[in-house]
Order: sequence, then structure tokens, then C-alpha cells
Amino acid sequence: MRKLTPAYNPNAPAVDPVGKSLPQDSAARHVAGSAVYVDDMPAYPDQLHVAVGVSSHAHARVLGMALDAVRAAPGVVDVVVQADIPGSADISPVFDGDLLLAGDTVHYVGQPLFAVAATSLEAAQRAVQLAQVDYEPLVPRLEVTESLAAEDFLLPTRRSRLGDPEAALAAAAMTLSGEMAVGGQEHFYLEGQVALAVPDEVGVQIYSSSQHPAEVQKLAAEVLDLPLHAVTVQVRRMGGGFGGKESQPAALACLAALFARRTGRSVRYRMPRWADMVQTGKRHPFWNRYTVGFDESGVIQALVMDVAGNCGCTADLSDGIVDRAANHADNAYFLKNAAVTGYRCRTNMVSHTAFRGFGAPQGIVTTEAFMDDIARRVGMDPLDVRKANLYRPGDSTPYGQEIEESVLVDLVAELEHSCDYRARRAAVAAFNAQGGTLRRGLSLVPVKFGISFTTTHLNQAGALVHIYTDGSVHVSHGGTEMGQGLYIKVAQVVARALGVSIERVMPGATCTDKVPNASPTAASAGTDMNGMAALDACNRIRKRLVSFAAQHFGCDEGAVELRDDHVFAGEQVVPFPDFISLAYLNRVSLSSTGFYRTPKIHFNRETGQGRPFFYFANGAACSEVVVDTSTGEYRVTRVDVLHDVGASLNPAIDIGQIEGGFVQGMGWLTTEELSWNDDGVITSNSPANYKIPTAADVPEHFDVRLFQRPNAEDTVYHSKAVGEPPLMLPISVWCALRDACASLCDYRFNPRMDPPATPERVYWAAREALRG
Amino acid sequence: MEFYLNGELQQCTGVDANMTLLRYLRERLGKVGTKEGCASGDCGACTVLIADADDTSPQAINSCICLLGSVQGRQVLTVEGLEQDGELHPVQQAMVDCHGSQCGFCTPGFVMSLAGLYQRSLAQGGETPGRHAITDCIAGNLCRCTGYRPIVEAGQRMLTYPQRGIFNEPATQTGAPDRDDRQPLVGGAQRYYQPRSRSNLRAILAVEPGATLVAGGTDLALEITQRYREFEVLVDISAIDSLATIGEEDGYIRIGAGVRYHQLMGHPLLASTPLDGLLARLGSEQVRNRGTIGGNLANGSPIADMPPVLMAWGADVEVVNTLGERTRYPVEDFYLDYRQTRLQAGDYIEAVYIPMHLSRAPHRFYKLSKRFEDDISSVMCAVSMTLDGGYVLGVRIAYGGMAAVPRRASAAEQQLLGAQLTDAVIDNACTSLDNEFQPLSDVRASAVYRLDMAAALLRRALRALRDGDAPDVFELGEVSHA
Ligand SMILES: Cc1cc2nc3c(=O)[nH]c(=O)nc-3n(C[C@H](O)[C@H](O)[C@H](O)COP(=O)(O)OP(=O)(O)OC[C@H]3O[C@@H](n4cnc5c(N)ncnc54)[C@H](O)[C@@H]3O)c2cc1C
Ligand code: FES
Ligand code: FES
Repeated sequence: MRKLTPAYNPNAPAVDPVGKSLPQDSAARHVAGSAVYVDDMPAYPDQLHVAVGVSSHAHARVLGMALDAVRAAPGVVDVVVQADIPGSADISPVFDGDLLLAGDTVHYVGQPLFAVAATSLEAAQRAVQLAQVDYEPLVPRLEVTESLAAEDFLLPTRRSRLGDPEAALAAAAMTLSGEMAVGGQEHFYLEGQVALAVPDEVGVQIYSSSQHPAEVQKLAAEVLDLPLHAVTVQVRRMGGGFGGKESQPAALACLAALFARRTGRSVRYRMPRWADMVQTGKRHPFWNRYTVGFDESGVIQALVMDVAGNCGCTADLSDGIVDRAANHADNAYFLKNAAVTGYRCRTNMVSHTAFRGFGAPQGIVTTEAFMDDIARRVGMDPLDVRKANLYRPGDSTPYGQEIEESVLVDLVAELEHSCDYRARRAAVAAFNAQGGTLRRGLSLVPVKFGISFTTTHLNQAGALVHIYTDGSVHVSHGGTEMGQGLYIKVAQVVARALGVSIERVMPGATCTDKVPNASPTAASAGTDMNGMAALDACNRIRKRLVSFAAQHFGCDEGAVELRDDHVFAGEQVVPFPDFISLAYLNRVSLSSTGFYRTPKIHFNRETGQGRPFFYFANGAACSEVVVDTSTGEYRVTRVDVLHDVGASLNPAIDIGQIEGGFVQGMGWLTTEELSWNDDGVITSNSPANYKIPTAADVPEHFDVRLFQRPNAEDTVYHSKAVGEPPLMLPISVWCALRDACASLCDYRFNPRMDPPATPERVYWAAREALRG
Repeated sequence: MEFYLNGELQQCTGVDANMTLLRYLRERLGKVGTKEGCASGDCGACTVLIADADDTSPQAINSCICLLGSVQGRQVLTVEGLEQDGELHPVQQAMVDCHGSQCGFCTPGFVMSLAGLYQRSLAQGGETPGRHAITDCIAGNLCRCTGYRPIVEAGQRMLTYPQRGIFNEPATQTGAPDRDDRQPLVGGAQRYYQPRSRSNLRAILAVEPGATLVAGGTDLALEITQRYREFEVLVDISAIDSLATIGEEDGYIRIGAGVRYHQLMGHPLLASTPLDGLLARLGSEQVRNRGTIGGNLANGSPIADMPPVLMAWGADVEVVNTLGERTRYPVEDFYLDYRQTRLQAGDYIEAVYIPMHLSRAPHRFYKLSKRFEDDISSVMCAVSMTLDGGYVLGVRIAYGGMAAVPRRASAAEQQLLGAQLTDAVIDNACTSLDNEFQPLSDVRASAVYRLDMAAALLRRALRALRDGDAPDVFELGEVSHA
């Protein structure tokens, strides 16, 4: 055994990494090109590649498929249709209807009909073009408003109610009614969907780019008719997910696994970008309508609002998405009396799916539009209307959850001051008063976002922590790394909990055989849940170490401390590695699982009442724009953000999430326009015609700050979730664009400008304002 | 064929003519640091640097739409080649220090784009480039995670570390430089030729009647990467130096068909024109480093940006056949119908000719697109006008995106010619466009918007040419907030 040398230097800086701006765990590998993504994994000999043949009709009966030419094409090794699936052909995440390969009916353009495995991706893609498919076309439903009128719903409609909205509307001094079609959004994760399946002696090993490896495991096992323990799914990292890799990766993994079992060869299925943009679900487009009642000072008395999600052809995750749209219709405002109804409309489109914000943005943007409209009506500054309506502690949401913190009022006041809102409002007004085609707009918008899965049982997490005999630590958990910094944040938590420096802690790939039955990494809750589970595992090990140290060194357990890479036991100071090998020799278990379930939450779906959220994350943004009203072209000239992440575990990572979420949300509301033609074919099918923001779209003045206040709830070191809430901050950009157009009618009203505000839509809004 | 990868000679055997550089790197060499995000030139994840063998001024390109044969004898630098002795390059270190990566998938592409800018800045004395130069350089790189702020910051910081050049040692040619360029570089069932002279080009086209020309490949390679087309015979004209020059000839500015956009930018012969401002928004730096003026014309697209410009300049296009016979067409006569041009099998475009005096007339070029940077035009408007005492002496108005082919607005021109350029005359000319064009609605814009924009841009151009430019935010680029 090594001699125990007390090398502790009390003057050395503390090693506790919590709260420090450490780089993403793989940053050095990212920049060197050595971070391995699924498609970067070395090819096994004889590896096969998959392509699928898809429906060219939005709705049709499939009368027959002639696949002989496909089978005979160069390089083709295997071809499968639905009947070749040994287990279940249904790969739905929650409800049913999502088929791995279509049966006798197709429900959207791009729906997979058959799949090919060939010796190269190109050979597989060329082969599928040779199929002859015979269809009997049926009438497709392509408009969400038609589904709404026909009550063509995938799932039951749900309502939440607060007070007596009908009576309050009737009594309100003023009312406004309106409707808004809210655009969807393509995820455009830079790494397209991909899976690699390697057959083994019991089943299959899958490498997937997935936010939900446990679901991939379950669905692949069901497709193959194997028990779950015969399928292992590993996810080291994704090249972006944003919700688009929550349910969508299963189809790729299942097909790759199916071919792997059939051929005994490893199988890679990577979707080219053009296929990904057609075949995978997007953010739900919504169609919303409302009547809001308010008094002369703009204070809301009642809201009646319908939100109708365009879910596409199956339920997928739409139940929760429409719920979240409905229960974020209040955004940051106390509605007093409200009736909010959420509809899950069926259309013959690809099934729309999770996307950062999970429906909430589509609800909130409508609410923020009518906040501006109330301001015009009562002749107040829109910020004053917003401030008059902000939630205060004790207020109740339409779904019965009481507001406990008073963050919103303080945060908005702080941003109003720090971004110099009033002086800039005056400057914008003065600029616009000069007339001319260039107009400026300004808007400050708050955001409140509920944290927790609204499906209560998903709010659980597991972790696994090992300490090896050299004192190095391995942590894995059910959460996946998609760039959001989960791995480094959890490593920071583990380092603090064990009192070691961050270098000792290695985050391991997420794998279903290390932590089973994990929830998806979604709902912004990755760090909250997995951080707590890892903390629980550390605490268990720590307890054993403390008890061993007390006994070994003959001191009280209270006199044992693990910190700064050392163990302090009474008078003894032992370097962590030396202490660990000592513990090992004394047969102390150095490994533990950990578990977490989010406390306090409950929700009754039938009554629409409960406490669905553990807490709220809050933020606000002020954006300024300039618009050329003769063409609709615009630029965002300044953005100031103040955002509430509680006590930040890693400010650099949190600021990165806020900035990235802001720009992504700005794209959704401005240049990113999904479009389908009259046959239901998506025409925004390539980055050449679907435009996400570039660096030049981000203003030089882009000031993002963290609101300094720890989470009042007992979350991991009192931090708050950060993934989704910032996506809604750029609603301020959209409002500012509308504000600029409204200057053309002296702010008498706001023209209609359904998002996304492409230059064309801004132009039409400006025309409407000019007509007066 | 062969090329230098990160300083080492690569002999490529068993490749086919349709192979892209990206696939070769990833699938054949296992160099997987370079990523594929779209395979269409739009995202920049596949960015690498290339340079001639004896050159140290690298250019960023999209390796996904770069045919392998086109890097014959040249240097290619990928992200794997930046580290030295296990130490990150300053560009890489700056990206780490600024938290410039989240998911990391776009990161190698950004690193390579910034490395190109780094090297150019070093060559100019090592000054930190301005914010605009940085956003220009990464306009062809998409990041969905970071929101770009930290990446721009990395660009602003990268020269503050101990400076270290890339491509320090020009690679020495060890391969066979004297190949017979009438023979295919890559042979077999699919053939890739790379002639070095126009006469050899004609000789090849004479014996390969099914040949497809490729210049920068920024249009053509998408047929391969998006539709999985396999060309039997590809003839790469990018090594023909005489096609890639810009010069004066008999009162004309002659621009060789193989001239790439980046050669046009800042060129002294075109310095008096507003071309640079337009080119800054044509594709991305990676596309401008490859795309040629000849390819833009020959591709026949109604939404290409150069044809309206060339029409406003009154330019001719020169077509040469396999016999060496030359024909010159005014650019507006080169287009026959949707994606149909005067080019016959075996023809190639040799050059465009811009009358010197017309190139010096006042011009305005306006491009309208959904996104400001790296987007295809919804409407492209080019106007040239000379005034004499307030009267219109000469005017040429041309549009892209308004018809099946790029077209001049003859009726509007007729109305303006000889007229005194009052607001009413301008309005009438703009209104006449409604009768002259029947544009389509598509994914980029509706027909009604296109019509309104044709008028709005013409109004903006005519007023600017008459009165001088109004303070126009979109031409000034950077704007400040209130
Ligand atoms: C991401 C991206 C962005 C783009 N943005 C724009 C844009 O903003 N504006 C715009 O106008 N274009 C844009 N393009 C299109 C393209 O870059 C241009 O059209 C470019 O000029 C094509 O030139 P090339 O040399 O790459 O042509 P290639 O792809 O090599 O060839 C195109 C076609 O022309 C033929 N050809 C090439 N040279 C000759 C010749 N000398 N004689 C006869 N035939 C020839 C080829 O056979 C082929 O059919 C973009 C492309 C990409 C990928
Ligand atoms: S992979 Fe997107 S530009 Fe090459
Ligand atoms: S870091 Fe994920 S796309 Fe840029």
C-alpha cells in the first residue's frame, strides 16, 4: 500500500466546481473533430445501409407494390415490408398509430412503405426509386381549421377553467376577439437522424442519436419480438435534438435492428437531410382564437381561448403538447377568469412532435399578440399593460396552481431599467414620427414556463456512480447529451458531492444497461432530475466513506469531511485517491445507484386542475428592430435579456442555452417558414428554401444576463431548468416587428401578422397599417 | 488521382468519377472530423480549406459538393490537420474558451471557416478582423445550438493567442505533374476529365458526346448528392486557366466563364459598380470560392443572381462549340425557356463581355430574400440608368424570380426612355410591371408579393439613381439601435 502523505495545501484554491463556467465536457474534442457521433463510428465489415420507399400521396389506399426491381438493384441485400416485421409494427411512443412501415393505407406524403438494406447509402437510395406503387387516392385533410370544424380529433379535447369567464367577459368594459395561425418549425439539428445496429448473440446493440434511449430499446424489442433485456441502446452524444429526437429516432433504430437480425450484419441508417425534412415530425402549427375582456387600464378580467394543434396524422406526443399550449396561454399574466380549451386536430401530414417549448410557445405568442392589442385599445404603452397584469404571489393559474414566487415583477422591473426601455421608447417614437419607409419597433416581453413533465410518472430519474481505485469517478445517468451541457453540469454536481476536482469525474455514455427505464431527456428537466439522481448516488457512497473514515481513523462521523480532493478525518488529511484505495482494501462498496422523483406535483387531466409544475422558470427580453416597410425587410438591432435560472450551476452553459434558445425561437418567428402545397407535399424541404438564422441575423448588442436569485424549491443546489424557456424570449422580436408596422397607423391598431414574420408577411402587415 | 491531405500525399485508387471529397474523407480515409449536415452546400458542417500545392492562402469550401477529382494536385486541410504536437490551434482554443460549441456537430466547419479567415488575417499583418468580416466568413455555417454570439467572439479572440499559421510548408509536388490531360483523371465506366486548355477541352467534348461540364460544381454536384444521379462522363473545366481570367478587350470587360465569385469581388475593373454588395449575399464564402459566372448562366435557373446583373450591364455571352466556332448572344437572348439555354451538346461558355461604357453607368442591384445572408432571391432586380438633365437617356431593367427565365422589363424601359424622371413617371413605370410579369407563387414568395416587390425595388432603384441613396439600412449593413 502507498504511504499516506498529507499533501494538502490549505492555500490552494477550493476545487468545488459548482457555479463555475466550465466548458462543455467535450469542447476540446468538438473543436478537434474527435468527438464521435453515431455516423462517425467505424464501419463493421459488410455493413449495410438503409433507405425507405415512401408514399407520394397524402392520403391513399395502397393497392400494390412492385418491388422486384428494387430487390434486383445493384447492392441490395434485403427488402422488407410491414408483413416482414416479426413483432409489433406499431412504434408509437404513447398512444398507437405510428407504424414502422405502412399497411394498406398511407396518411401523409413521405410515410415509409418499405425499406431496403444495401451495401451503400447511395445504392439503397437508388434502389428505392425503382419501386412501382399503385395507389387509390383518398381525400386528404390538410387544413387544421377543417379538422376543427369537422371535429376530426386524434384525442379527447380538454378544458381548464378559472372563475366565471362568461360572466366576466359580459361585464368587462372592453373586449377583443381574434385568431392567429401559428407556424410550425423544422428542428434542423445539424446531425440528422441516425442509428447503427450491431447484432449480438442474444439480440442487438443499438447506437442511436436519441433523447430517449429507453424508448428506442422498448420499441426495438417489440418490433423484434424480444424481451427488453436483449436490446441495449447507447447514446454518447447527439448533434442537437431540440425535441426532434424524442420520439422520431425509434423508426431508424427499429429498421436498422430489424435488418441486423435478418442479415446478421451491422446496419447503419442515416437519413439524408432532404429525407429528414420530409419524413420526420416538426413543431406543431397551431390555430388559436380568443376573446379577452379587460378594463380601461388594460387589466384583464377574463379570457376565453381555444388552441388547436395541427397534430398531423397520429397522436405521437401531441396530448402533452396541446396541454402545454393551453396551460401556457396565461404566459406571465393573471387572467382572473379563464376558459382554455385544447384541441388535437388530425391532418394528413407527418405527425408533428416535440420541439423545445413543447407547445407553450404557440400558446404564448397568441397571448402576447393580444397584450399588444389591449395596449392599442386603451392607449397605453404595451409594457405598462403587461406589467399591470403580471402574476403576483397568491394568484392562481387557470389550471389551479398557485403562484408562489414573486420573480416576474422584480425581473421585469430590473430589465426595464437596465435596458433603458423608456428612453428608447421615446427615441423610437421620435424616429418614426419623421415618417419615411424605415420604421423602428420596440418590445419587452416576459416569459413564465412551468417545469416538470405534465405526464407525472415521467418525473423520475436514475443514476449510477462508480469510484475506481485510483480515485477517478465515473457517472452515468438516464439523461442524454445533445449539446445542452447536461454531462458537465451533472459532473459538477458529482464533484461537489464527493469533494473532488472536476478532472476526476468522467461522464459516461448514456446506456440502457447502466440506468434502466429512463425518461426522455426533455421538458428542460434533464439537470434537475439526473443531477438529483446522481447526487443521491454520491450521497450513498459518501455515507459509506464517512462511516469508514470515522471508524478507520477513530473520529466522529461529524469530524469527517470530503472536500478539495482530500478526506479530512479528525487530525488526518488524506488525498482522495489514497483514501479510496484504502477504502477498497477495507472492502467498502465504491459504487451506487441513485434515484429521484420530483416532489409536490400532481395533475388531474379530467378536471384540468392540479399542480403540474414543480416551479416556474422566468425571463424577459427587450428587442428592437428596424423595418423597411416598402419591402418588409428588417433587422434586429438590439436585444437585452434577463433570465431566471435560479442559482446557476454553470453560468456559461446557462447563458449558452439562453442565447441559443433565443436565436432558435427568433428563427421560428421570423425566417423559418414551413410550407406545403395543395397535395400535402412539403415544399420547404431543404436548407436551400427553409432558412434558419445565421450569425448576421444576431445583433451585435445581444446582452444576456442571469437574474440572481436561487430557486425557492429544493432543486439541485437551487438551480433552475433552462433548456426550453428562453425559446419564447424572442416573441419580443415578433412584437417589435408588429410595433414598427403599427407606427404606420399612428399606433391606432396592430395589423395582423401571423408568425413567422417573413419579410413578405411584414410587408403585408405594413400595407394593412398603411390602409388604416 | 492524388492530392495532399493535411500535408501528406494521398493516392486515390478505385474511386469513381462521382465521388465527393466529403465521402472520400469520411468513408475511405476514416477522417470523420468533417461532418455532413446537408450535402447541399447550405450548412457548412463539411467545410475544409483548399489551396494550390504551392500556395499558403487557403480557401474554405463545402467538401460535400466538391467532386474529388477537382482537388487533383491540390492541398486539402481538414480539422484533423490543425492541431500541432497535440496542441489545439488558436482558432480551436478560442472556440473552447468562448464556449463556441454546444452539440459540437457544426463546430469543425466553423473552425475551418475561421481558420481560413485567421490565415488571411495573418497574411495581412495579424490584425483581428472586424465583426463584419467574421459574420461574412461564417454566413455559410449554420449552428442550431449556440446563437452564434460565442462563435463570433472566438473570431474576435483567435488572433490574440500566440500566432501560428496553417499551411506553413507548401507541399512539394511528388506526384506526376505531366499527366496527359486529354485522358481521364479517373477512368472506368464513369470518367472524370480535367483538361488544362481550351483546345483539350474541345478535343474531349468531341470524343465524349455525353459529357457533362462541371466548373465549381455548386449546382451540378447537388444532382449527385441530393438525387443520387451518376454521371457517366464529367469534364471539369476548373483547371483551364485561360477560362478563369478577367481583363479588358476591345472596349469590353471580358470575364472568363470559369471566373469564381471571389475573384470578382473587389476586382478593380468592376470597382465602380455595386457588384460587391450583391456578391456578399450570393451564396456563402464557401460557395463564392467555387461557384463560377459561367455555371450560373449555363445552369439556366430563373432565380440565378448574375443574369439580371449582366443584362443591366448589356453583356454578351460567348458560346464555343467543339469545332471552335464562337457565337455571341446578348444575355437576354441566351435564355430560351424554363431551364433552357442556347447551349447545345458539346458547347461551352467561354466568357461574358460587358461593354466598358455600360459598366460605368450608374447601377443599382437589389436582392430580396427571406433571409439576408446566403439565401436564394425571391426577387432580384438590376437597374442601370443614365440621366441627362433629369431626362432618361438610357435605362436597362432586369429581373430574376419574375418569370420562367431571367428577363428584362422592356415595357417599363420604354416608358422611361426619354422621359423626365418625375415621381409620377417612376410610379407609372412601376405600375407597368403588373402587365409585364406573371410570376409564380412558390416556397420563397407569393406571386402578388413578387409583383409588389418588383415595383418597390424598381422605385427604390430609380429614386436612388435620380436623387442619390436615401439612408437605407439594408445597404449600410450594420445599423445601430435607437
Ligand atoms: C448553398 C448555395 C447557395 C447558393 N446561392 C446562390 C445565390 O445566392 N445566387 C445564385 O445565383 N446562385 C446561388 N447558388 C447556385 C450556384 O452557386 C451558382 O449558380 C454558381 O454560379 C454555379 O456555378 P458553378 O461553377 O458551381 O456551376 P456548376 O455546378 O459547375 O455547373 C452548373 C451547370 O452549368 C454547366 N456549366 C458550368 N460551366 C459551364 C460552362 N463554362 N459552359 C457551359 N456549361 C457550363 C454545368 O454543366 C452545369 O449544368 C447557390 C448554390 C449553393 C450550393
Ligand atoms: S454538409 Fe452542409 S454544406 Fe456540406
Ligand atoms: S453547436 Fe450544435 S449546431 Fe452548433
